[in-house]
Amino acid sequence: MGETLDINGPIVTVRLPGVMNGEQVRIGALGLVGEVIGREGDRAIVQVYESTESLRPGEKVEALGHPLTVELGPGLLGQIFDGVQRPLRGLVEQGGDYIARGLSLPPLDRDKAWRFVPSSDLTPGMTLAAGTVLGTVQENPTLSHHILVPPDVEGELIDLVGAGDYTLEQMIARVRDRTGMPRELRLYHRWPVRVPRPYRRRDPAGEPLLTGQRVLDTFFPLLKGGKAAVPGPFGVGKTMVQQQIARWSNVHVVIYVGCGERGNELVDILETFPKLTDPYSGRSLMERTLLVANTSNMPVVAREASIYVGVTLAEYFRDQGYDVVVVADSTSRWAEALREVAGRLGQMPVEEGYPAYLASRLAAFYERAGRVETLAGTTGSITLIGAVSPPGGDFSEPVTSHTKDIIQTFWALSKELADARHYPAVGWADSFSAYVGAAASWWAEHVDPAWAERRAAALGLLTEADELAHIVNLVGPEALSPEQRWVLESASLIREGVLQQSALDPVDSFSSPEKQFVLLDLILEIHDQGRKLITLGLPVQQLLGLPLLGRAQRLKGTYGSDQVPSLRDFVQEIRAAFEPFYRDYGRGEGEPTPRAAPGGSFRRGKRE
Amino acid sequence: MREKEYRSVSAARGGLLFMRGVPGVALGDRVQVRDQRNRRRDGQVIRTSHEVVLIQVFEGTEGLDPERTWVRFLDRPFEVMLSPALLGRIFNGIGQPRDGRPPVIAALQRNVSGAPVNPAVRAYPREFIQTGISTIDGLNSLVRGQKLPIFSGSGLPHNRLIAQIVRQAKLPAEEQSRFAVVFAALGISHDDARFFRESFETSGVLQNVVMFINLADDPPIERLILPRTALTVAEYLAFDLDHHVLVVLSDMTHYAEALREVATAKGDVPARKGYPGYLYSDLAEIYERAGRIKGRRGSITMVPVVSMPSDDITHPIPDLTGYITEGQIVLSRELHNQGIYPPVTIPPSLSRLMKDGIGKDYTREDHPRVASQLYASYARALDVRNLASIIGAEELTEHDRRSLAFAEAFEQRFVNQGEEEDRAILETLSLAWELLSRLPPEALSRVTEADLARFHRGPSAVDEAP
Repeated sequence: MGETLDINGPIVTVRLPGVMNGEQVRIGALGLVGEVIGREGDRAIVQVYESTESLRPGEKVEALGHPLTVELGPGLLGQIFDGVQRPLRGLVEQGGDYIARGLSLPPLDRDKAWRFVPSSDLTPGMTLAAGTVLGTVQENPTLSHHILVPPDVEGELIDLVGAGDYTLEQMIARVRDRTGMPRELRLYHRWPVRVPRPYRRRDPAGEPLLTGQRVLDTFFPLLKGGKAAVPGPFGVGKTMVQQQIARWSNVHVVIYVGCGERGNELVDILETFPKLTDPYSGRSLMERTLLVANTSNMPVVAREASIYVGVTLAEYFRDQGYDVVVVADSTSRWAEALREVAGRLGQMPVEEGYPAYLASRLAAFYERAGRVETLAGTTGSITLIGAVSPPGGDFSEPVTSHTKDIIQTFWALSKELADARHYPAVGWADSFSAYVGAAASWWAEHVDPAWAERRAAALGLLTEADELAHIVNLVGPEALSPEQRWVLESASLIREGVLQQSALDPVDSFSSPEKQFVLLDLILEIHDQGRKLITLGLPVQQLLGLPLLGRAQRLKGTYGSDQVPSLRDFVQEIRAAFEPFYRDYGRGEGEPTPRAAPGGSFRRGKRE
Repeated sequence: MREKEYRSVSAARGGLLFMRGVPGVALGDRVQVRDQRNRRRDGQVIRTSHEVVLIQVFEGTEGLDPERTWVRFLDRPFEVMLSPALLGRIFNGIGQPRDGRPPVIAALQRNVSGAPVNPAVRAYPREFIQTGISTIDGLNSLVRGQKLPIFSGSGLPHNRLIAQIVRQAKLPAEEQSRFAVVFAALGISHDDARFFRESFETSGVLQNVVMFINLADDPPIERLILPRTALTVAEYLAFDLDHHVLVVLSDMTHYAEALREVATAKGDVPARKGYPGYLYSDLAEIYERAGRIKGRRGSITMVPVVSMPSDDITHPIPDLTGYITEGQIVLSRELHNQGIYPPVTIPPSLSRLMKDGIGKDYTREDHPRVASQLYASYARALDVRNLASIIGAEELTEHDRRSLAFAEAFEQRFVNQGEEEDRAILETLSLAWELLSRLPPEALSRVTEADLARFHRGPSAVDEAP
């Protein structure tokens, strides 16, 4: 038992001999919980997860004997937790509309009984390794929860209960550990959030994370187990991109960490996700989603903890062999929480007030992503996607630049695109993906062998058009050759017809890989045909006036992902629109006929 | 309450008092400071240990003699009296009357710091508020429970715009009687304060307004507590008394400057432009008090004014505000100089909650697409205008000339409107289609074929346009 000495915002100095770094403490009459972040003699520096208003020097302090942990077990999905895993819906019942201080509630429901089915291949006397699947609980129709031997337990199985209904506190198995002590295992266990959960080995990522967003999947792909950042100034649609990823990603579990952002954005998810259908399982999206919410007005120290809570929950599902995506919105607010604490501790600031350990903490966080072979021998992955909110939209600031060094996919949001209401405002000039090669083999195998070539052609057109736009801004469009004017027009077609994708359009909010490719291929087909005709002498003005162009722009909203065959048929309209020109200008020598025969397949892979 | 006064001030500077030897003082407690001439000031404990207590004095520490300063610890936090009698009154930042009338006495008192709303009980803001201003209603719609700041600059008419919003903001008829305004003036001039008062008076809303005023020549540190006092009252009006409360905070830049002043005096590590690293969290504590709560009838809609120092939108104050609020209305000096009122510049302006507050159930089915189309067409027209300024308008194509004419008409007729002109949303939409009809249908890719058939006025309208 110790006492408080100095109260400085969320940082409280206490006299508490023997307490460990990282240990949890409970402070004062209100019972505020905090975490020791420094020791000096018999004094400890504590960061407190709740507001310290009304705390006095001389109040009692109690060490709790364990670091910040999370509870891992059935009942996590569909929940909304705060930054230290308190269940927010439960807090409403205890504390009303506002979050009162000093409330403590177990994260998981203790009264609910879950139907547990033990693994049939386990018999008493067997030696169980950490991570062995003891049995399953069908948490909800979407997800079967695997109950694992905790990573820090192994030994001889003494007994295992039969199939039946069990609450979280009931024992389901006993294991004799190395010291010979029997350990009782339950449906849940705890794990400290700042310690990455163990796995057997890393397994290089191989399969793309499909988000249904064309500019992400086709142009700047991300793999399952990969790391991505979404930087952008305010108002460019960061949150919208993050929410679209949370909605449509082809993963089993989505963990959305609202870290220092708006309360209404989380409400938006809570209200819309239950009504949306997961395109893969056909079930409600909320059944695979869980939220960790520390909104901007909630205490800053819990914000620092929230992303660790989120990623530890993700590791738990990964260890069950699932693909998990963690969306952290926004890592900048996390970094600012770090800065605020560092500032109060009087640590030397290095860049813009951030402490020197910013880069290493960021890197350590992102390294918790990855595709791994789990302790149970299955494969699971965590894909980490962090939003970054650079002050003033300046990508050279510390958080953005350090993040850029760590991640492999960078979706740079552009103010210019957002101002023109081009959404998602992912700029093709600044974005990059180190996974294009790996993604290309997947696309070639599952969608079309021409994917890499078509993607490169489209990016090439966009880049060329940006350069031409500079010239136009200096001397006007008349200075351009007909071919160049056609490049400008085609790039604008790609922007309007492919890159722009409305999250609010039910037809186009999610775009299947097939639709993504066919749409791009059709629009490039228009470009190719037009370019050929220009070389044959057709004045570019005749092309620019084609009603076909307006129709092509609207294709994305006309055909849903389930209507790809009809979308493919659009190639006949393209042919019909260009055919009269070919009659007038010939086909040129040795030119092949348009490659798709009427009514035939439009898959490039099947050409010739 | 401790009756004992302490005279152990060891230093007084930059609005802060450093005291020694006052054990067991609680963080955030209210104190009363009495100086050598027996004048009273109010303060708050911002750091406390057995050895040293740090107090921030709202009236500042000018002219304080540390040797002859007495401090009384009231042993309770800053609280504000809450009663319906607050409506129609004027107070200072700590809730003392400024209108010469007696203080409001009430049984109900609440801590001005408030507590964060549990995200699980928030209700998503959806109900469209008609402000009668086309650039807001048509393109950046405000919804009940939203926080939508006005980014302005010195000399721009943000106060006139705010006053117009307060006058014209419409709720459905059956709710109109439950409309209230909480007006928080932070460092505004005497002239502006008078302008608002008169504007509220002439529009007949004055008896539903609570004003908290800190003028430009009042002590700046009081600005740190004023928005919190005002919002505690707003929460009471909205969630205890079922009012729909519009909170106006003008000007938040003065608030942030006061925060920097105190942070510097305390020796906090500066982040950008001398502002402390916690500016974001601090602003969020204020802005996030807007919203709606499930099961409660009232709402808090917030329209803060943020004047951008040197018109720089990347300055930390507008920048951090933009990251917290649900959009922003940006005023432009260029439009203002052309005589356009309100000088709302469209490209950087945004309402994040618009998508859920408009359309079939709230305004009209085509509204979202019309708004998107207006943005896109105007953005394109601005590119053309840039080009024209380089190569001359004669060099433009027919299509570009049309685009240019559209931009002109859009600014003069859609953006520009009278200070007393109250346009219904259907009027705004019909004006939008009138302007869009000056462009050929194939240039309008954000609207559907059905919209075009129904609302586009046809090729004749295109041809008539210059």
